[in-house]
Order: sequence, then structure tokens, then C-alpha cells
Amino acid sequence: MTITEAPPAARKKAAPEPPAPRAVGSPLPRKEDLRLVMGEGRFLDDLGRDAYEAAFIRSPHARARVLAIDIGPALGVEGLIAVYTYQDLPGRLAEPLPMLIPHPGLTHGRTGYPLAKEYVNHVGEAVVMVVARDRYAAEDACEKITVEYEPLPPVVGIENAFRADELVHPDVPGNVAGHVVQETGDARAAVAAAPYSLELHLDIERSACMPMEGRGVFARWDVADGSLRIYSSTQTSSGVRAAVAAKLELPLLKVECVTPDVGGGFGVKIVHPWPEEVLVPWVARLLDHEVKWTEDRREHFISSAHERGQLQTVRVGFDGRGRILGLDVDILHDNGAYTQYGLIVPLITSTQLLGPYKPGAYRVEFRSLYTNTVMVTPYRGAGRPQGVYAMERTMDSIADHLGLDRADVREANLIRPEEMPYDHGLLFQDGRPLVYDSGDFPASLDKIKKLVGWDEFAAYREQARAEGRRVGIGLAAYVEGTGVGPYEGGHVQIETSGKVYVATGLTSQGQGHETVFAQVVADELGVAVEDVTVTTGDTRRMGYAVGTFASRAAVMSGNAIALAARGVRDKALRIAGEALGVAPRKLEIVQGVVRSRDDPAVSIPLGTVAVLSNPLRYAFDEASKAATQFGGTPDHSRPPVAEGDEPGLEAREFFSPPRATYANGVHAVIVETDPETAEITVLRYCVVHDCGHLLNPMIVEGQVHGGVAQAVGGALYERMHYDESGQLLNASFMDFLMPYASETPVVEIDHLETASPMNPLGIKGAGEAGVIPGTAAFASAIEDAEGFPITKMPIQPCELFRLRQRFEAGEIPPLRRRAGAPNNVDEELCQP
Amino acid sequence: MTEQMHEIELRVNGVLRTATVPSRRLLSDCLRHDLGLTGTHVGCEHGVCGACTVQIDGRPMRSCLMFAVSARGHEITTVEGLADPDGSMHAVQQAFRECHGLQCGFCTPGFLTVIAAYLRDHPDPTEAEAREAIGGNLCRCTGYQNIVKAVLRAARILNEGTDAPVAEEAPR
Repeated sequence: MTITEAPPAARKKAAPEPPAPRAVGSPLPRKEDLRLVMGEGRFLDDLGRDAYEAAFIRSPHARARVLAIDIGPALGVEGLIAVYTYQDLPGRLAEPLPMLIPHPGLTHGRTGYPLAKEYVNHVGEAVVMVVARDRYAAEDACEKITVEYEPLPPVVGIENAFRADELVHPDVPGNVAGHVVQETGDARAAVAAAPYSLELHLDIERSACMPMEGRGVFARWDVADGSLRIYSSTQTSSGVRAAVAAKLELPLLKVECVTPDVGGGFGVKIVHPWPEEVLVPWVARLLDHEVKWTEDRREHFISSAHERGQLQTVRVGFDGRGRILGLDVDILHDNGAYTQYGLIVPLITSTQLLGPYKPGAYRVEFRSLYTNTVMVTPYRGAGRPQGVYAMERTMDSIADHLGLDRADVREANLIRPEEMPYDHGLLFQDGRPLVYDSGDFPASLDKIKKLVGWDEFAAYREQARAEGRRVGIGLAAYVEGTGVGPYEGGHVQIETSGKVYVATGLTSQGQGHETVFAQVVADELGVAVEDVTVTTGDTRRMGYAVGTFASRAAVMSGNAIALAARGVRDKALRIAGEALGVAPRKLEIVQGVVRSRDDPAVSIPLGTVAVLSNPLRYAFDEASKAATQFGGTPDHSRPPVAEGDEPGLEAREFFSPPRATYANGVHAVIVETDPETAEITVLRYCVVHDCGHLLNPMIVEGQVHGGVAQAVGGALYERMHYDESGQLLNASFMDFLMPYASETPVVEIDHLETASPMNPLGIKGAGEAGVIPGTAAFASAIEDAEGFPITKMPIQPCELFRLRQRFEAGEIPPLRRRAGAPNNVDEELCQP
Repeated sequence: MTEQMHEIELRVNGVLRTATVPSRRLLSDCLRHDLGLTGTHVGCEHGVCGACTVQIDGRPMRSCLMFAVSARGHEITTVEGLADPDGSMHAVQQAFRECHGLQCGFCTPGFLTVIAAYLRDHPDPTEAEAREAIGGNLCRCTGYQNIVKAVLRAARILNEGTDAPVAEEAPR
């Protein structure tokens, strides 16, 4: 469309506006808070007030055969609508849940059924679904139904799984779901040939995401339209949509998935479809009535997912300066009863273990083992805390063995900035090469030493010891592959009101995407942040999407949205240029108005440009008359919509980088351990963090604070206490100890901003970083305070107390630096 | 078996509300599902996390540990009732936004009701007291640092109406 005469808006004398300050990089308060602090958020259980509600009978046994189900006594329960067991499931619903991430190493992947078919493999596995008028009635009915089981001997614990006296799945030999070996160089030969070598045996236990809001799903079937709308508290609405459409054999276009406000995810909600996510929509269609299920806290403990549990054996060879020459790591990973999310966690452990270091030759071998426990899927950090734990325990052991400073040993092994991009010669979790794109690791280490006062600490420790106090310092470094593919999309549309509407398909669980993405768009387009509205996780607005995990939202969607905004900007300048008779390159957009750089009075609001972008037959208001066939002065030689153009002031772009981008950082912690009670107190917690450019520093720091709190929980308090029969003994907030304010330290943060070359915004992910090195840093600090090695985490005061007893009994050797061992370094080897 | 139902009158956020509930109906469920006040959230159903906290006669109480029938005759304030009648935010709500005291926002209503009640009795808390005041509520997102900051900020807004920002909390 061409209008040779400028519309009236352009004739107004515009006062020159000062350039708006950049929104990106500002600690803007969040847009989402306006509803959340007023109690106006809409979480899953806030929806569907008139929906039927579901409750589930879940297995009380870790391993058993289901012999009989008697639903008879429940039939008289008031409000009961329906009861379903496996026998009722039709077609593809009766098949196992999908194996989400096939990997060649996952030779014996197994998933459960939406309702147990014949066997149950962990306490909490769904066996019977009850639907009633409300949850109270549904639970009443559950109490009346009896399920007869034949209990079978369960497999609990990694050692038992590896010993394989019993098999979780009879057709999976050795309980081994997957087995992967990666190697660069000949690590075993390098260890054998090295001047020094050590072997470490490390143990790290289970924890879990524990979002404050559990899972939940609400479905609405439109019988007239033959369509389904699902609301799910998920980290991937597009994934849920595709999985449910496949299970219910519906066309994708007849299924919508909307993610409402989500009360935290931290990884567990990326798994899909959960049994409830396919069953609730199925029943909603079957009954032609809204149906909802909201997970309660006990269900979350026993039927969602856990993480972290591994046994690690590290053999390391090194020189006299502590430089690693060969690193040979064996990992036994507990994947629980099923592998719906594949081998992602141990794959990440085995690759991100390397951190900022170059270990010479490296060999890693892991076995992912079945146990009769809740399945293991990513929890914030997703295998990295375990990998960093292995590597940093190794660094500390090398330092202690050689009598060197722990920071110096790390420094000696760091990849230098001039070595970027650094190719480890391995494949990362996304199947792509493990190539670090950027970072200045020596600068990060230097910053943390300054921030925490590393060099001054020895004197403080001695002084404290003289006062009868025990204090210790620890540090741990990490590299985090963030922003993994395959892609995300962004859609940006300017309406005739001048307001900007943005959509991206991935979901939000508290990361502030509505704000951060609005900041990106505001800068790209030259509009106010207040005029930008962002929608996430709604397949009606963006059908193509992957999900929120792996610290990827800002990198993937942020860049996709930036690219889309640039597309809209180009189009706006072109249309405005035609309207104003000014070349687009001589135009700028300031506070929502396109204007000439030379003469700001020559201008047109973006809303008017949006009107002109869409040639109209029918005017709908005063402004839109300009876009009708008789408005303006059309060029009759050209069609209203030029070839290759589209109506509307909008653009959709996708961002798909070839590889992940790698954030990094170092944490340092100072602890005090009570000489009598073994209580562990955090005196200081310091973080140096490099996630490239900060889009909103307030939000990034909030992510770090929250990650550190989870790190404190994972290092000092949280564990999944399974007994030998596979019962989870601490499945409540009374017994699973998440940190309150009283346990959580103040976090001191320093940033380093090395821009990523992998994306237009130069950013790297920040969501998970806070949790990653925590367990390693705490082990390092507690060891430093106590003087004997810490090889099993988490550690609670009772465990530290027992370790002290064993240490005093001579069962645990002291650290060499405490035993007064001579410096073990051969002076000749010290020469560079 | 038919459950006995009770007609109850509750005064919620200054408004007289009625509901017909069985005796076992939890106050949290009554507020959320009978009265449609979904701002009160349920995080654990066993009184540990504090997300469901409401004020009963001005004192913070776990609404998941209380029956709706027990709330008869009491004044209930939920997160929806904290703001001024004209819709402007309570100082605590304003402070939470300014200090980034929330991320997913699920636990937030419980913190807000606790802190609003606390500041009425303790208008000028120290940092340590502010931390202690929120010690009964769980948050999985924020690490509490900015919530502590928001408590201090809210106190300042209430006391002085000042816009001066709150200093960073010192390591303990």
C-alpha cells in the first residue's frame, strides 16, 4: 500500500522528545507483580470453580503386582461421578507414556502407564482415578476402594540397584537403563603416567524441586467445536498439547494448552505428559464436563520427580602444580523407576563436570540405574551440582595432597580467555559439541577471591581457632551450558491503539518474562515498557515452542522476540516512510512515534502506522478510515498488499542457535561449625556470576538469591529419606527440611559481563546458576573447618557429629594440611 | 450418607459473606472455592508453608488448619483485603514490588498477610527482627533476601511515607 499524502497525524508539530533511557539493563519493577501482590494471580487451582475434581489411589508399595481392584464400596459415595482403572483406558491411552528424549545410550528406557497396568514400581504410582463433584467426595471414594497387591522385593539405593539381586523391570538386565562413555585422549593412561594420582569416592543424595505450587491440570471439552482446552501448571504448554493430542488421537489444531500463573517449577514441570495430564482431558471429553486435578503436597513428594542421587568414583592424575593430566570418572546414577526424561541428568553431569577447567585427557562413564523410587528428572542445575561436586572435591583433594592453596590449584587448571572458543571434544546434552563460547574464568576467580577475602582468611581461621571456634572457607566454580535449542519463537504485533502485544511459546514460573521481554521490545521498537504486553505459554498465541528449562528462556525467547521486534520495526519504518515521504533510514522511533531524524516534527504514531499497515474495506473507527480504499491517495498501479508483503504490523521470528551459550561463575562460602553440637552456620555466601549482558539486574540477582537458597537446602538440609522397603519417610514439609529465612544466608554478588557471541542480545542464561556450585562449596568449607575430608552430601549436624566421632577414633584420615604433612610438592616439578 | 451442611456467615475483608458448608470444609477451601477469593493459596495442607495465611481478627492464622465453621463471628482479612478500598496498594504490597520480594508469587499472599499484621505491632523492626518475622513462611524462589528488604521498606513507607530505598542487608 502506498499513501503519497501524509495522514493528519504527521502534520502536528511535534516537540522533540529526549531519547528514552534504555530499558534493557535497568532494574525495572515487574509487570506481573501488579496482579500477584494483589491476590489477582490466576494459578491452576484458581480456575474451574465448577469443574469435577479428580483424586488418585496411589500405590502404597514400592514394587508390587496389582491383583484386584474393588470399586463396589465406593459407588454409594455422595458426589461420586466416575472411577477409572487401567482396564478402562482406550487406544493410545493404554500405551506407556512417551519416552521424551530418546538417546542411543538409553538402551533400556522404560516409562509407566497413565494408570498402573499390572505392576507398580514406586510408592505413589497412580492406580485408580476417581472423579467426583469435589475433591472431598473424590477422596471419600478413594478411601472406600480396595486394591489388592502382591508385594515384591523392591530395589532401593544405588548400591542395591547396581548389585541387581532384584530387578525393577524384569526385562532390564542389571537394572541399567542406559550406559554412556565419552573420552578425549587416553585418560586412564594419563592418570597412570602422572607424577601424582588420587582416587575419590563421592556420594550425593536426592533432593527435589518442591515448587510451592504442585502440579495441576484442568481441561474443558467443547463438544460443539470438537476441541479441547487444557490448562496445566507446566513448563511446556506446547509439549503438553502435542502429547495430549497424540494420546487422545485429536488433530493438534483442535487442542489448546494454556499455562496460567505457575507457582514455581524448577524443572519438575518440564516433564510431560504426566499421567494426570492425559487422564484429565480424556475424562473431560468422556463426561463432557470440566475436570480438574490439583496435586497435594504428599502427592508431589511421591508421584512427581526427584533429582541429584549419584555415586561417583574419580581417579585423577596431576603434576606438582596441581595441573590435571588425566581425569577418569565413573558415575552410578539413580534414575528411579522410569526414564521418561531419558538420560539428560547424567549426560549433563558427565559433561558439565569439567567446569572452567581443561583436564588434559578425560574419560567419563555412567550407568543410569533403575530403583523402585520416584523417577529422577531435572531439578534446577540438572545434574550440574553433582558434576561440580565431583570436580571441585577433586580440586580440593589435589590441593591438599600437594599442600597448595586451593584457589591456586584451580587457577592452574583454568581455560584462559584467549583459548575461547574452547572445544572439549565431547557431546553436550543437546547432542551438539561441547564448545565454550565465551567467559573470562581467571577474572571470575580473581573477583571471588577479592569479594570473600580469600587471602586473608587463613589468619581469621587461626584467630577463630584460638578462640575455640571452628570456621572454614570453601569455593567452587562452574560453567553452565544455557540456552540450548532447538528453538523458540517470538511474535510482536503493534495494534492500532499503538499498544504492543508480544507472545512467546515457552512458559513462566516466576522469572519475570513479562517484564524482561517487554524491556527487550521497548528498546528494539522505541516504545514504553508500559505499552508492551507479553504472553507466554499459550499455544493459541504461539504454537511452535519448546519449553522453559536449562536457563534458556531469556536466551531463546529473548532473542526470538528481539528479532521479531526488529522485523516489526523495519516494516513500521517502511510504511511510515511511505506515509511521510522520508527514507526509512532517516526515520527513528521514539516513545511510540516514528519521526524524521532531521525534523522530529515530521512524525506519525506507531498506532497510525498499524492502521496503514492493513488495507481495509471497512472502517471501524475514525483513524481506520485512512486505511480504506477511498482513504488517502492510493497508487493505482500497485496492489493494496504488495507482493511478498502481508497486512498488519506484526512479525514472527524464530531463534535457533547452533549450540548452547556458556555462563560461568564461582561461589565462596564461609561456615562456622559448632565444636559441640556440630551445627553448621553460614557466615558469608559470595557469588561471582557471568551471564553476559544483564537484561534486568534486579531479576538476575533474584534468580541468584533463590538458587543459593536451594543450594543451602541441598547441601545442609534436604534429602529424600527412603527406607529399605521403598517408603519415603519424610514426605511432608514437616520432615523434608527446606530452608526458611532463618537458614538462608545473605548473598553477596559481583557480576562479570562477558557478552555471548552466540546471540544478538549477547546474553547467557541465569536461572539455574545460583544452585549449581553450592554443595561443592559447602563441602569444601566444612572440610576446611573440620580438618577431615567430606565426601558425602548433604550433611546435617548429626552426620557431621558422627564423622567427628569416626575421625577421633582414627577411622577417617585428617586432611594433610591439618596433619602437619610436609609440602608434598617436588620442587623440580614446580618449575613451569 | 448425606453430610450435614451448615449455613455460615463470615465477615471477609469487611464484607458479610455467607456459605453453606459441611463441618469438615477447610477455611482455605471455603475462601477459595465457595467465596471465590483465590488469592489465598494452599501450598502444603499441613500448616507448615504458610502460603494460606490469612488474618483472623488481625492475627495471622493458617487457613488450611482451620474449619470454615470455626471462623464464624470472626473478622477475616485475605490478601484481597489488604489494599485500600480505593484500590491503592498496601505498603507491604508496594514494598514487595519495589524490592522484588516475589518471583512466582504463590507464597506471596501468606507473606503479605503475615507482614502486614507484624508491622502493625512492630512498626520499626531491625533487619534481624524482620527476618525473624517471616520465619514461619516458606518461599522456594527468592531466598528471602528481598523479602527481608521489603519488610523494612514497608515499615519505612508506613512510618514516614518516605521513598528512600532500603540499604542492602549486611551478611549476618
